[in-house]
Amino acid sequence: MMETKKKRGVPEGLWLRCPSCQSTLFRKAVDRLMGVCPECSHHFNVSAKERIRQVLDEGTFEEWDANVMPTDPLGFADKKSYAERLVAEQQRTGLSDAAITGCGMIRARRVAFGVTDSAFIMGSMGSVVGERLTRLVERATQQQLPLIIVSGSGGGARMHEGILSLMQMAKVSAALARYDRAGGLFISVLTNPTMGGVAASFAALGDLVFAEPRALIGFAGPRTIKATIRIELPEGFQTSEFLLEHGYVDRIVPRDKLKSEIARAIDYCGK
Amino acid sequence: MDSPTPALSFEQPIHDLEVRLQKLVRETDRRPETEQEIRRLRRELAEETKQIYDHLDPWQTVQVARHKDRPYTADYLSLVFDEFVELHGDRHFGDDRALLAGFAKLDRFKVLVIGHQKGRTYKERAACFFGCAHPEGYRKAMAKMRMAAKYRLPVIAFIDTPGAYPGVGAEERGQAWVIAENMYEMSRLPTPIICVVIGEGGSGGALGIGVGDRIAMLQHAYYSVISPEGCAGILWKGHEHAEKAAHALRFTAKDLLGFGIVDNVIPEPLGGAHRDHHQMASRMKIFLLKTLRELIDVPTDRLLSKRYEKFRRMGVFLEEPAAAGAAENCPNSGEFGYDSARP
Ligand SMILES: [Zn+2]
Repeated sequence: MMETKKKRGVPEGLWLRCPSCQSTLFRKAVDRLMGVCPECSHHFNVSAKERIRQVLDEGTFEEWDANVMPTDPLGFADKKSYAERLVAEQQRTGLSDAAITGCGMIRARRVAFGVTDSAFIMGSMGSVVGERLTRLVERATQQQLPLIIVSGSGGGARMHEGILSLMQMAKVSAALARYDRAGGLFISVLTNPTMGGVAASFAALGDLVFAEPRALIGFAGPRTIKATIRIELPEGFQTSEFLLEHGYVDRIVPRDKLKSEIARAIDYCGK
Repeated sequence: MDSPTPALSFEQPIHDLEVRLQKLVRETDRRPETEQEIRRLRRELAEETKQIYDHLDPWQTVQVARHKDRPYTADYLSLVFDEFVELHGDRHFGDDRALLAGFAKLDRFKVLVIGHQKGRTYKERAACFFGCAHPEGYRKAMAKMRMAAKYRLPVIAFIDTPGAYPGVGAEERGQAWVIAENMYEMSRLPTPIICVVIGEGGSGGALGIGVGDRIAMLQHAYYSVISPEGCAGILWKGHEHAEKAAHALRFTAKDLLGFGIVDNVIPEPLGGAHRDHHQMASRMKIFLLKTLRELIDVPTDRLLSKRYEKFRRMGVFLEEPAAAGAAENCPNSGEFGYDSARP
């Protein structure tokens, strides 16, 4: 794991710097707060595995569909081939693709749980992310489990798998429509960043939509918008707070409250 | 036809032949030799056009799909259907001109047509943002589809957009949310849906009206996860590499048929749909009538389960037999991976 960590470029040592308030922080103090800056409550990105530890009861997570593995259906290559990129990303992150799915307990409530990791090719959705999430939704439907998906994706649909990636948006959305018809409770948690084809599919379709504070969430990237309309973007544009104000997010939930907020919502909905 | 250069540079040989042909055709008192030369040139022109259009590369396909004279949704509405009764507005914000909706008649069928509209004149193009719909467009389409389903009117969706509009207002009004909701609702809409990519199938903006029982593409249309320019900008760090991205993305009708994404490819007239709107429209009509006849009597339950299965199958991945004990991938590894490089 140390090897992985070095490759991943995570700050080493006892100290790290907050990119938001620039404070130099004692690493253990940040760890104790689940990856939140003690000075300004900036929410650092956390890995999918760490998210599972934070949200699910200890030792209850059981992974599903880890044997669904990515391949290179297009024979895609930019400066590097996609096949090589996959191997490099797998080594760097210790993940087989950008989503982990399975089941576990939240304060003794059994749930279906999915999480994307924005470190793996920008947390983008290709065939594997789409397939794992679709199977997760289908199993949640069969087993009548509440469904929690924590999204983090700067990439949206994964370009390297072309149209196949785009269609994952429709595939997961169709599964969620069936889950909805069966009366399921889907809580979508948006974290920094949730953009493009991930935002415009499962992440937006929660019965409840929670967002971490100050996460970047939207359809088009800020750079694309700037290049199109050629004006400065308003302060706070596409943040969780911006989306709450415009009516798209139910609640902004700080990281240390996420588990209890999910448990409470499950109780309200009688699931 | 009299302009010195064609709109598409790879059409230069076609253009040259057309210019020569027209010169001869315009001659008065044509001699028998001239008549013979005209016949020969016509044959050569047809062969040259076929030769070029049979072998369009992906980047050339994009140029054809974006051709300014290509038939748009509004052209099909007037050439294919007996009547079009436009229905405006999303009941929330406004009436997006980039996405048209309305009742239409096609022989014995009454249908709802929705479709992106790019606009022909500059004024029209500006009014509909070159075919880039805002959230109100997707909401309008969904509202009319829901209404159509209530009376079991089949839905025909014409897809032709560079992408959903990227702007401040679009984000404020939930662009991501409306695209997601449309896919979600279309996947279970209790009436037949036929989607046809007539030009550009631009990413989420296309898919926002792209879930249905049949997905068809015109021969020279393209349907992609991202525009070649956008892809080049991200992966090759420059829009000038769009041609490379176009080759890498595998988004032509032939590619998509191979991946099992589209069910039908509708052949275009010789030299592309922009050369002959009437012939294109008549092929479109034949396709739509045949497909409507196939779908109209399918019971709704069966229609919806087949629609689900159709999208369910999409995607390519490997599936290894699960190793014993490997299912519990223990998360308690102690790894705490923040990435302070990203704000
Ligand atoms: Zn801070």
